Amino acid sequence: MDWLTGIPAWFADPANWRGDAGVPTLFVQHLGYSAASLGLACLVALPVGVWLGHTGRGGVLAQQIGNAGRAVPVLALLGILLLVPGFGRTWWTLILCFTLFAVPPVLTNTFTGMREVDRGAVDAATGMGMSASEVLRRVELPLATPMIMNGVRQAAVQVVATTSIAAIFAFGGLGRIITRATGSAGIDLSAALAGTLLIAAFALAVEYGLAWAGRRADPVARARRAARKRSGRVGSSGGAGAVTTS
Amino acid sequence: MSLIAAGVHSATLPDNCLVRNDWVCPLYVETRSDVLLGALGQHLYLVLVSLAVGVVLAVPLAVLAHRVKRARGLTLGVTTVIYTIPSLALFILLLPMTGLTSTTVVIALALYSLTILVRNILVGLDGVDPEVRDAAAGMGLSSWRTLWRVEAPLALPSAMAGLRVAAVSTVALATVGAIIGQGGLGNLITTGYSSNFNAQVLTASLLCVVLAVVFDLLLLGAQRLATPWRRGQR
Repeated sequence: MDWLTGIPAWFADPANWRGDAGVPTLFVQHLGYSAASLGLACLVALPVGVWLGHTGRGGVLAQQIGNAGRAVPVLALLGILLLVPGFGRTWWTLILCFTLFAVPPVLTNTFTGMREVDRGAVDAATGMGMSASEVLRRVELPLATPMIMNGVRQAAVQVVATTSIAAIFAFGGLGRIITRATGSAGIDLSAALAGTLLIAAFALAVEYGLAWAGRRADPVARARRAARKRSGRVGSSGGAGAVTTS
Repeated sequence: MSLIAAGVHSATLPDNCLVRNDWVCPLYVETRSDVLLGALGQHLYLVLVSLAVGVVLAVPLAVLAHRVKRARGLTLGVTTVIYTIPSLALFILLLPMTGLTSTTVVIALALYSLTILVRNILVGLDGVDPEVRDAAAGMGLSSWRTLWRVEAPLALPSAMAGLRVAAVSTVALATVGAIIGQGGLGNLITTGYSSNFNAQVLTASLLCVVLAVVFDLLLLGAQRLATPWRRGQR
């Protein structure tokens, strides 16, 4: 059980917190790669998803992109892109690869969220004299917000996981702690587990942080909370979300 | 660029796609078919065993979560945590128990597929019309017979959709097992990458995608066969 006592010792060792291979540097790298890729993916997928969902076109495309994203292994795409001349071993290649994996969840969830907006609400808004862009801004987008945020959260968790895997190809990020500890000479289990704990904690913080942010951002839930506060009732409900394919 | 070099080499080395390090190389598939088949075999083993374990565990868990309210919150909470942990971390987390064996990879992959399956079965069971359940009770069916005869068939499409997602993502995730040397086709990708062996990286990657598509189509076929009443819809 030496590996167990080795974990706190690893965290206590100042050498693991300093320099290019220290936890702070690796964490900033991980965060930077993840945030840049997630931002890029949202920049591409949100407008496209909203537009496709609003017009109702390209539903099959949005679903197929989601399915394809699951079928292609990160390891495979990363390995290929890093070897292709012109991409090569640059951090641009990394961010491009992570972005490709973050686009599908954002795109499919945004599309589905927009499509699942109650047609009655859209018709009512049109009947009240709202223009197409007003319907989009004041009815469809607010009602689709929970699904859109759900997609962003899935993409964020995905990107954090993908960034960890990049360490297999000798890139930075928290995964580096694990790959450094696993070599042909055997495994430094304590160091690998310390890296594991850091990655898992980071991923869970992203998941729950964005879940919280999603609840805060949902205009419908916000209105309900305000109404509940006025009438003095408290209650909540949670449901299971299906993972779908088509 | 390197006419002279090529001239020198042509005397010593045969000119084929392996020597040129081409991405697409039939000669690689011919000469290394044993390695490819071995990796494919391990990949299939990882995927099939972990899916089987996932299904066997997910069904009772989902039924329990569907019937007992307290179990529901717990199940959803735990599965969310598991699904959030990146694969690289989960493989390492299991190392102290199972070591550098394929069992480590199987357990991690089974946990991921379990998560997808439990959620989808639960959504399927939740979606059963309460009136249908009442009708079954009115016809004198016991609670377990209602589950088997009424609820299970109605939840099947959602469960099968979950199984397809689980299968496809398990095929992709299994490659990460390469971190402990047990990644099936993933091993070929990482070793090919570190030795700049283009044909090996591309061939193993393509095999992964083909495997995922084959699993998806087989399960789609199984779903059609298992739910004949839905044929013609949609």
